[in-house]
Amino acid sequence: MTSAKHAPDAFSKGKTPTFEVSARESLADHQLRRNLGKATKTIRGKRAEAVGEMPDWEELREAGRALKERTMRHLDHYLVELEESVKRAGGHVHWARDGEEANRIIAEIARSHEAREVVKVKSIATDETRLNEHLESEGIEAVETDLAELIIQLAGETSSHILVPAIHKNRAEIRTLFMRELGLDDLSDEPEALTEAARLYLRKKFLGAKVGVSGANFAVAETGTVCVVESEGNGRMCTTLPPVLVTLMGIEKLIPEWRDFEVFMQTLPRSSTAERMNPYTSFWTGVSPESGDGPEEFHLVLLDNGRTDVLADEIGRQSLNCIRCSACLNVCPVYERTGGHAYNSVYPGPIGAILTPQLVGIGKPGPDSLPYASSLCGACYDVCPVKINIPEVLIHLRGKVVRNHQDNDGLKGKLDPENVAMQVMAKTFSDRRLYEAAQRLALIGQWPLARSGTIHRLPGKLSGWTATRDLKALPKETFRQWWKTRKNRSGS
Amino acid sequence: MRVALFITCFNDTLFPETGRATVRVLERLGVEVDFPVEQTCCGQMHFNTGYQREAIPLVRRFVEVFEPYDAVVAPSGSCVGMVRELYGRAAELAGDAELARGVEALVPRVFELSEFLVNGLGVTDIGAYYPHRVTYHPTCHSLRMLRVGEAPLKLLRAVRGLDLVELPQAEECCGFGGTFAVKNAETSTAMLSDKLHHVKETGAEAVAAGDNSCLLHIGGGLQRGQDGIDTVHLAEILDATERR
Repeated sequence: MTSAKHAPDAFSKGKTPTFEVSARESLADHQLRRNLGKATKTIRGKRAEAVGEMPDWEELREAGRALKERTMRHLDHYLVELEESVKRAGGHVHWARDGEEANRIIAEIARSHEAREVVKVKSIATDETRLNEHLESEGIEAVETDLAELIIQLAGETSSHILVPAIHKNRAEIRTLFMRELGLDDLSDEPEALTEAARLYLRKKFLGAKVGVSGANFAVAETGTVCVVESEGNGRMCTTLPPVLVTLMGIEKLIPEWRDFEVFMQTLPRSSTAERMNPYTSFWTGVSPESGDGPEEFHLVLLDNGRTDVLADEIGRQSLNCIRCSACLNVCPVYERTGGHAYNSVYPGPIGAILTPQLVGIGKPGPDSLPYASSLCGACYDVCPVKINIPEVLIHLRGKVVRNHQDNDGLKGKLDPENVAMQVMAKTFSDRRLYEAAQRLALIGQWPLARSGTIHRLPGKLSGWTATRDLKALPKETFRQWWKTRKNRSGS
Repeated sequence: MRVALFITCFNDTLFPETGRATVRVLERLGVEVDFPVEQTCCGQMHFNTGYQREAIPLVRRFVEVFEPYDAVVAPSGSCVGMVRELYGRAAELAGDAELARGVEALVPRVFELSEFLVNGLGVTDIGAYYPHRVTYHPTCHSLRMLRVGEAPLKLLRAVRGLDLVELPQAEECCGFGGTFAVKNAETSTAMLSDKLHHVKETGAEAVAAGDNSCLLHIGGGLQRGQDGIDTVHLAEILDATERR
């Protein structure tokens, strides 16, 4: 089996390319463009239908937002309540300051049970901490059991979508991959045949594993119940068959009370897979030895990894309200064309563009470029089931990126051509006379560039525009000149 | 009622015809229009690109210039969006309570042109005549920030001679996004390419919109491809009559 490529992402130690650079590569992959275009359009239409049949959709969005906001405001209190509830139900709770600490805790649990292999179900948090790599370094193999995660693990790739990690692949590509990696001689590209092949492979893994690792969609502070929402049932096997279960969960995934599910169980499936109800929703509360059902040992690992820093930012903190439905990815015109890999993060798309730079901190060229990976069209905000104002946070983060560059990058930051141009323009716009002079100057300045009312080529950074688009040249008379003449003529 | 035209620096410099059309349309409806010459730029480009400290003096200037008027009208959804959605935030960043009060008082009086005509003045038919096949691009900020809704379409449907054809995937961004078009030129182009494809599908002679920034982008693509399709601002369609 091919091992994962371990390409650096925003959460690993290596430097990552900027979005512009990575997007260029993705845009050139025409098969990817077709796969993504088809998939996002389909799911977008279905979501609109599933949401459209809810008369109280806007109220549900508002309720979800309010619940999450209240949770974040009292997170310290609820986290302690969750810890107590899980312990009361016979589970163990661990606190991890960062990814490394979380990985150490999980590896230690696996080692103490002499597990050489763990089965995993869909947990973006473990992708964030790069758990698989860490386990591999300790001689423990992690097997992904979510179908799409399995596909990308077999392909040695990384996820390109929060919910549909293999969205960039089509059936024919998956067929070839399975034949090669699972050693099959005869396989069609029918979905039934492909899932059957994966099922046969995974069943053996489920039955043999001593330790299962999962993520969490929600954890209830009141009861200590952890919840995973999925489509395939592999998650349920992963969380019930192995004798030991470890759940890694970001601290923001908590909800205060059981009854809060009423809201999220309506908004999450409709927003993510466009279903009224997803096929498998698993809940577990600690362990129940007397029933002989489920794991005998349960560990909940609570991960911070930058989340408390996000919480400290008044505007940015709403990013933590995300319930990972990925509706924002599916409507994003940028994501639709570049796909998830261009974001160089386990969190792609609009939500990734605000979450990643906040979690890893401002001041790294790769993540710093993400808030700019948006035309600010606002489609993401419209579909978000917890009303995260993504454009607002994008603009806020751009402000932080620029300010950091100006204040902390010395002369280089100050002499940056963009910064210089912006300073000059700000000065110009702050004085009407300077502004009018600049208008006249621009008209003279464009003379060598403009041909019959059109500019075909601009110099420097602006050449990005004219590489593919013409630019209308400035007309001879500005509006204000016309106004003045008209006013003088009318004699007023 | 004292109505001020907020032309926007973009229209002032690049699309004066849109400004002239806006003035004529408003005057035709009996509105007395003033153009306060001290206005420059609303600060959107600075604010949205991250130069927020630099945008604050422009916000302050805007509030001072337009404060005396009962209504402020602009032929741009995007610039009005900046004022309505982000001026409060800018005042907060400036830590200036007086500016915040000024913004709060002024913002409800600032309108995008189609909003002002349909919701403010309550007119849809203003006697325009434009005998062309036209498709309409709603522009993201008018659509999702200002929620102008049907207002521009109501105006267009009332134009005599105009054959309005629906634009497929109309609600999708054209890829302009201000500095996005330069910073992420390739992605922006990929978005534009799909928009142009849909425009051409309609067989329209011209694409109309309430924002010249989007039209500059769409028009730049059409011109480069020698597609023979024009772009036209809503105000210019409304300004056209049988007599001129």
